Amino acid sequence: MTGKDMSGTAPRGLAKGDLGIAVGVVVLGLIAAWQTTEIPQSAYAAVGPRAFAYATSFLLIVMGLFLVKDAAAGGWAQETDDFGEVDWPGGLWLIGGLIANVALIDVIGFILASTVLVVFTARAFGSRRLLRDAITGFLLAFVAYVGFDRVLGYKIGTGLIEGLI
Amino acid sequence: MSTFDHLMNGFGVALLPMNLLWAFVGVTVGTAIGVLPGLGPALTIALLLPLTYKVDPTAALILFAGIYYGAMYGGSTTSILLNTPGESATIVTSLEGNKMAKKGRAGAALATAAIGSFVAGTIGTIGITFLAEPVVKLALMFGPADYFALMMLSFVTVSAVLGSSAVRGLTALAIGIFLGMIGIDNQTGQARFTFGITELFDGINVIVVAVGLFAVGETLYLAFQKSSKLQDDSVLEVKDSLWMSKADWSRSWKPWLRGSAIGFPIGAMPAGGAEIPTFLSYYTEKKLTKHPEEFGHGAIEGVAGPEAANNASAAGVLVPMLALGLPTSATAAIMLSAFQSYNINPGPQLFATKPELVWGLIASLYIGNVMLLVLNLPLVGLWVKILKIPTPLLYGGILVFATIGTYGISRSVIDLLLLYAMGVMGFFMRRYDFPTAPVIIGMILGPLAEQNFRQAMTISQGDMMTFLTKPISASLLALAVLALIGPKLWAMMRKA
Repeated sequence: MTGKDMSGTAPRGLAKGDLGIAVGVVVLGLIAAWQTTEIPQSAYAAVGPRAFAYATSFLLIVMGLFLVKDAAAGGWAQETDDFGEVDWPGGLWLIGGLIANVALIDVIGFILASTVLVVFTARAFGSRRLLRDAITGFLLAFVAYVGFDRVLGYKIGTGLIEGLI
Repeated sequence: MSTFDHLMNGFGVALLPMNLLWAFVGVTVGTAIGVLPGLGPALTIALLLPLTYKVDPTAALILFAGIYYGAMYGGSTTSILLNTPGESATIVTSLEGNKMAKKGRAGAALATAAIGSFVAGTIGTIGITFLAEPVVKLALMFGPADYFALMMLSFVTVSAVLGSSAVRGLTALAIGIFLGMIGIDNQTGQARFTFGITELFDGINVIVVAVGLFAVGETLYLAFQKSSKLQDDSVLEVKDSLWMSKADWSRSWKPWLRGSAIGFPIGAMPAGGAEIPTFLSYYTEKKLTKHPEEFGHGAIEGVAGPEAANNASAAGVLVPMLALGLPTSATAAIMLSAFQSYNINPGPQLFATKPELVWGLIASLYIGNVMLLVLNLPLVGLWVKILKIPTPLLYGGILVFATIGTYGISRSVIDLLLLYAMGVMGFFMRRYDFPTAPVIIGMILGPLAEQNFRQAMTISQGDMMTFLTKPISASLLALAVLALIGPKLWAMMRKA
């Protein structure tokens, strides 16, 4: 259905990454359909809570199957691929920063957790200037906290630094 | 009251000092995020949605509209001075604009982009002013069945027609509708897709999804990409004057008008999208120019036309948003959810019940455009400085603001985890070439489509034929089917 003209290019086999995504969509549709059967049907409304839930599950499954077909025919991602080489250390630094943020934010507060997050993220993008990143991250989080929590009324919670101001 | 009277009353609202201040903050923030690569208006408005608990609706919507218009202006600065476009709709601007800047004509390129944006933004706003009421009159004839059909048409055009693949667009749309359905069904009180998790009973906040997809997803994508760290991101200097020569003016004014004429109608259609009009404008100018040899090497028409088309279509998108309650871009969908958090439903009734809000908003667009012209032309040096923020710190900062937008409103680590899950999904969608805007549109519009479907079925006492026997609904559904299978049929017929 993507309507690609395959002539002229060498025939390709199954695209594994694309297939993984396609199967994921089908599985999401199946889970949605299964969860829909768990919704109690209501007798009063002309259209109950299930109708759209089934329709959405159906759309997900059908689109997933189309994607499986595309993946088996060589996939689609290669043709539009502008990604290039994977930078594993960079990506993992970022993921480490996100995990640290989740783990620390309730314990030491938003400002210090954000400082850690900025340092990790900067490292993921190749920065080696730890001190600069830490100071910038701290100041940014500090200003953002005062602006959003104290002035605009967001509820960012408390922490080691937040308790002092 | 005539349109003119309404507009004058609107100016009375928009010119209040506080509202002027909100408009100014909006256009300034909008320009800044438009300039920064990787940030867009949808993300920024999502981050600021919690303001709706604090500020009155007129002020918040003037702020959001300012951000929306401002981002369109700011994006062009980045495409001209940096080879990576700040906004997807300004890709075309970079084709000629960046070449002009390399030849030392950055000032002229920035000027024709800013003045063209002003001309088109103003023409587009005039378009909203005069088109809104006829659309409202038309929409008053719409029943729930017709609205449902209109939303189906818009689902198809937004996801299946505009992107590179109908299957991937519709997949993204289905994921969005699925996300929008999570929580308690407001008609029957039944929990759907909550997997027994209490936190999900209130549904998933659109902020979490938008910020996760756009901010976290983009950051993950670039962090995992080797080439993103190697590319030359040096900002070109503005060496020439920011004023256009006589020749530049005479080569620019027609493309501005043509770009506006292409952009506004396409934006105002229930399909939306700013990319198609910019490309159309580019090819139109390339065909009509007296200097075809300059195209590809920095032709000013190639900046003037697409920039105007971009801004006019951004204005056009506001017509279905305000008059029908139909968002056709991710930004418009998030603006719609801002209305919803005030329990205001955009659509024909809004023009009758809250004219001061609607017309105040429209009047503020005229004012915002003037502010933007000043902000973007004489003050362009300021924005160039923003472009010099080192990438590592820029993305660190984006993630800090993403945390504020989610954890900062619920103080729940679950929301933070959900944000990162959406980020991972955004990463894979970007990696495997799925459009993300349909997710947001499906999430906001899905529940509205269901609501209208149910109302229509209640009126017809459960008879599905109501969608096919009403002329408006039947023709809209026919259009939707045609838009879905038409291109495929056309391709098959040509092969045969």
